[in-house]
Amino acid sequence: MQNIDIKFASLNLGLISPEMVLLVGGILILILGGLFKQRAIIVYTALVTLLGGLILSIGAWNNPESGFYGMVQVDNFSIFFKIIFILASSLTLLMARQYLIRWDIERFEFYSLLLFSTVGMMTMASSVDLIVIFLGLEIMSVPLYVMAGFARRDPLSNEAGIKYFIMGAFATGFLLYGIALIYGASGTTNLRQIVADFGFLQTHSALPLYIGAGLVLVGFGFKVAAVPFHMWVPDVYQGAPTPITAFFSVAPKAAGFASLFRIFAFGFSGIPEMTSLLWLLAILTMSVGNILALYQDNIKRMLAYSSIAHAGYILIALTVKGEGAVSAALYYLLAYTFFNLGAFTIVTMVDSRARSQALIHEMRGLSIRHPYLAALLALFLLALAGFPPTAGFLGKFYIFSEAVKGGYIWLAIIGVINSLVSVYYYLRIVVAAYFDQRETEFQPVTYTPALRLVLFITAAGTLILGLWPQYFLHLTRINMFPFI
Amino acid sequence: MNIDILTALTFFPLVGVFLLLFVPSSRTDTIKGIALIIAFVSFLLSVIAYSLFDTVASGMQFEINLPWISDFGINYHLGIDGISLLLIMLTTILVLLALISSWTAIRTSVKGYYSALLLLETGMLGVFVSLDLFLFYLFWEVMLIPMYFLIGVWGGPRRIYAAIKFILFTMFGSVLMLVALLYLFFMYYNYSGEYSFDLLRFYQMPIPLGAQTYIFLAFALAFAIKVPLWPLHTWLPDAHVEAPTAGSVILAGVLLKMGIYGFLRICLPLFPEATLRFMPFISILAIIGIIYGALVSMVQRDIKSLVAYSSISHLGLVMLGIMALNVQAIDGAVLQMINHGISTGALFLMVGMIYERRHTRMIADFGGLAKSMPVFSTFFMIVALSSIGLPLTNGFVGEFLILLGTFKTNHIYAILGATGIILSACYMLWMLQRVLFGKISNVANENLHDIYDREKLVLVPLIILIFWIGVYPNPFLRRIEPAVMNILKRVEQSQKRVIEKKAIPEFSLMRNNGRNYSLKIDGG
Repeated sequence: MQNIDIKFASLNLGLISPEMVLLVGGILILILGGLFKQRAIIVYTALVTLLGGLILSIGAWNNPESGFYGMVQVDNFSIFFKIIFILASSLTLLMARQYLIRWDIERFEFYSLLLFSTVGMMTMASSVDLIVIFLGLEIMSVPLYVMAGFARRDPLSNEAGIKYFIMGAFATGFLLYGIALIYGASGTTNLRQIVADFGFLQTHSALPLYIGAGLVLVGFGFKVAAVPFHMWVPDVYQGAPTPITAFFSVAPKAAGFASLFRIFAFGFSGIPEMTSLLWLLAILTMSVGNILALYQDNIKRMLAYSSIAHAGYILIALTVKGEGAVSAALYYLLAYTFFNLGAFTIVTMVDSRARSQALIHEMRGLSIRHPYLAALLALFLLALAGFPPTAGFLGKFYIFSEAVKGGYIWLAIIGVINSLVSVYYYLRIVVAAYFDQRETEFQPVTYTPALRLVLFITAAGTLILGLWPQYFLHLTRINMFPFI
Repeated sequence: MNIDILTALTFFPLVGVFLLLFVPSSRTDTIKGIALIIAFVSFLLSVIAYSLFDTVASGMQFEINLPWISDFGINYHLGIDGISLLLIMLTTILVLLALISSWTAIRTSVKGYYSALLLLETGMLGVFVSLDLFLFYLFWEVMLIPMYFLIGVWGGPRRIYAAIKFILFTMFGSVLMLVALLYLFFMYYNYSGEYSFDLLRFYQMPIPLGAQTYIFLAFALAFAIKVPLWPLHTWLPDAHVEAPTAGSVILAGVLLKMGIYGFLRICLPLFPEATLRFMPFISILAIIGIIYGALVSMVQRDIKSLVAYSSISHLGLVMLGIMALNVQAIDGAVLQMINHGISTGALFLMVGMIYERRHTRMIADFGGLAKSMPVFSTFFMIVALSSIGLPLTNGFVGEFLILLGTFKTNHIYAILGATGIILSACYMLWMLQRVLFGKISNVANENLHDIYDREKLVLVPLIILIFWIGVYPNPFLRRIEPAVMNILKRVEQSQKRVIEKKAIPEFSLMRNNGRNYSLKIDGG
C-alpha cells in the first residue's frame, strides 16, 4: 500500500457540490418533517434542493475535472446523466404527492428518500472508480428498497419491497465479487488505471479480469433489468406505488447504464468476448421483454416488461460502443425519461379503483370521459412504440443507425422487428381507450397544478425531442469522451 | 410567394387540426365548417400549384431545401414533379369530397374524426412532396396513426381487428425499410463523405449490385404491402370493409398509391439493376393479383368488399405497367393510379350512400334501385363502367396505355393482364345487374330517397373528371411524361454504368474495435 498524503484541499469538494446539496436537502427534510405538519413546505424544500443540484451540475458543463485522487470525474457524460436523474426525481416528486395523499401513505420521509436515492445515482454517474460506483449504487438502492414497500398496509407493496431488497442484495453480491476479482487481477479499482494497464493485464491475468468483468455485468444487469436478470421487475413494478414504479423505470435504470457505459464502453471495451455477450444480452432483453409484454393484462406489469424491452434497445448502443452509440444512448435515455414518466403519470391519475390492479381493458371509454388524458396517453404510447414525430422515434432511429454504422445490421433488424412487436401491446391500451366505446366507471380525476405541470413537461419533451432535436443532439455529442 | 407553396400545401391541414383543438366538441357544425374550409383551401392551394407548374421543365419544381437536423444531414427538402403533382391533386380532391360525404354519416366524436382526416391529409401530402428520405419516412409513418384511428374508432363491427392488422402489416414493411434506409445513408456517407438523406443526391450514387438487391427488397417489401401486391394483400379487404366511407375512399384512393409512388420515386431510379432483376418476379405477382383479385371480387356478397378486392386487381395492373419499364406503360400506370383513385373513390362513396339509407351493403338486399333512385343509378353506372375501362371514360386511357407498353416488353404478360379487364367487366356488370336492375325484390328499397344535393356535390366533380380524362387526357399526360422520362433516364444510365463496371467493388463498414468487418454484399 503506498502512502497517500491526504490533503483536504486536493479532495476538491466543489466537484461533488450537487450531491452535497441534495444530501443536505434530504437531511433538512428529515428535520423539517419532524417540526412541521405542513407537507407543502417539505415538497417545496425538495424541489428547491433539486433545482439547486441541477444548477450546480450544469455549471460544470464543458469543464471536465477530476478529483478525489482520480476517483471522481465530473464531465459532460456525468452531467448529462445528472440532468436526467434530477429531471426524473423532480417529475416523480410532483406527480407522487396527489397519489400518496389519495392512498393515505404520504410521509415526509418519502421526499428525503427520493433525494438520497438521487444522490446515489449522481455519485454513480460521476465516478470512475469501481468502489465509488459501488458506494453510489448502495446509496441509490437502499432508499429504493424502502420506497418500493412504501404502502405499508398493502401486501403487494410489501412483497415488492422485500423482493427488490433480496434481489438487490443478491446482485450487489455479484457486483462486489466481480470488483474483488478485478482488483485481484489488476491491483486497482480505478477504471482509468485498468484501461492504462489493459494490454498487460490481458496477457498476464486475463481469466480473473474477464470473470470479474462478467460478474460486474451481471450485477448491473439486475439493476437495469436486462434479461435473464429481470425476474424481479414485474412484481416489484406492480407492487410498488405507481409514482415510485415510474421512478424505478427511469432513474435507477439510467444510473445503471451510466455505470455500464463507463465500465464497458470506456473501460473494458478491449475484451472482444464482452461484445458478443452484450450482443446476446441486448437481443434477449429486447425480445423477452417485448414478447412477455404481449401477454400482460395489468398495465403496470405491461409497462414493466416494456421497460425491460427499452433497456434492450439501449443495450444495442452499449454493444456498438463508440462515440455515436454513447450519444445515441444518452439521447434515448433522455427521451425515454419524458415519455415513460408521462405514461406512468396518466396511469397514476386514472388508476383509482384498486392500487396496482389497473387492467388494460379498464381503460376503455377513457377517450370519452377524459379526452385530453386519453390524447396524451396515446401520445406517450406512440412514443414508446417509436412512432414519428415523437422522441421515441428519433431515439430508436439514432440507436439503430449507430448499429448499422457499426456493422451490426442484424442487431438493427432484430431491433426494428422488436419495436414492431411492441406496437401491438402499446396499441392495446389505445384500443381500449379509444376504440372500445362501452363506458366504464372512472373516478373523477383530480388535476392538481403539479400534475398538469408534469403532463406538460413530459408531453413537450416528447414532442420537442422528436421534432426539433438538433439542440439536444448537440448536447449528447459535445465532449462525451474526455474520459481517460 | 410560390417558393413555399409546397410547405403551405402540406401543413395547411395541420393548421386546421390546431384550430379544431380550440373548438368545444359539442359544436359539431363549427367543427365541420372549419374542416370543410380548410380542406377547400388546401384544394385551392393544390390548384395553384397545378397552374404554376411548368409542364416543359424536367426535374423537380418548387424545391425548397432547408437544414433540419444537421447532425444527421437531414434536410427539409421538398419538391414535386408531374407524378407527385397529380397525386397531390388527387389527395386534396378526395379528402375534400370524403369530408363532405361524412357530413351526416359521422355522429360520434366529430371533432376527433375531422382532426384525424386533416392530419391524414398532411401525412399523405408530405409523402408526395418529400425529397428527403428521412422526411419521407416520417410522413409515411405519421400517416398510419390517423388512419388507424379512423378505422378503429369510426369503423364497422370488426374494426379493431382490421385496424390492428392494417397497422401491423404496414409497420412490418416500413421497419425493414428503415434499416435499408439507414444502410443507404451510411453507404452514401462512405461514397461521398457527407451525411445526407437527400433522394436527389442518392440518385448520383452508384450502388453495387449485391447491396442493391437487399436494399431494393426491403424497400420493395414496404411498398408492395402498401400497393398491395399479392400475396401481401390480406390486410386490404379487412381495412377497406371496416373503415368508414371516407376512410375507404382515402385508403383506396390515395394510400394504396403511395406504394406505387414509392416504387416510382425510390425503387426504380435508385436500384435499377435490382429492379431489372426482380422485374419478372414482381410482374408475375402483379398478374396473379390481377386475376386473383378479379376472381375473388366475383364471389363477394358485400358490395364494399367487392370494390375492395377489385382494387387489388386494378393495382396489380398498375404494378404490371410500372414493371414494363417503358414510357407508355409507366405513363399509363401513373394515369391509372389517378383513375383508380377517382373511380374507386366514387364507388366507395356511393356504397356509403346506399349504406346510409339501408344500413346494409349486401348485394342480395338490393335490386331494382334504378326504379327508386334513377339519378343515383345513372351515376353508379358511369362510375362502374369507368372502373371497367370503357372507352371515353378515364379507365380506358390508363389501361390501354399500360397494356400497350407491357405488350412491347412481354406479350404474355400483356395478354394475362388484359384478362383482368375482361373479368372486371364480369364482376362489375353482374353486380350492377343485381343491385340496380330487375324488379324491386325488397320492400325496403321502394321508397329510398334519390340522391341529395350534397351527395351530388360530391359525385359530380368525380364524374366530370372521369369524362375529362377519358376524352382529353393530354393535360395530365403532358405533366406525367417528363417525370417518367426522368425516371427511365436514370434507369438507363445506371444500366449503362453497370455494364461499364463502374460500380464500387465492395462496401465496407468499420467496426469500432478496429477490425475491418466487411459485408459481403457485392454479389456480382
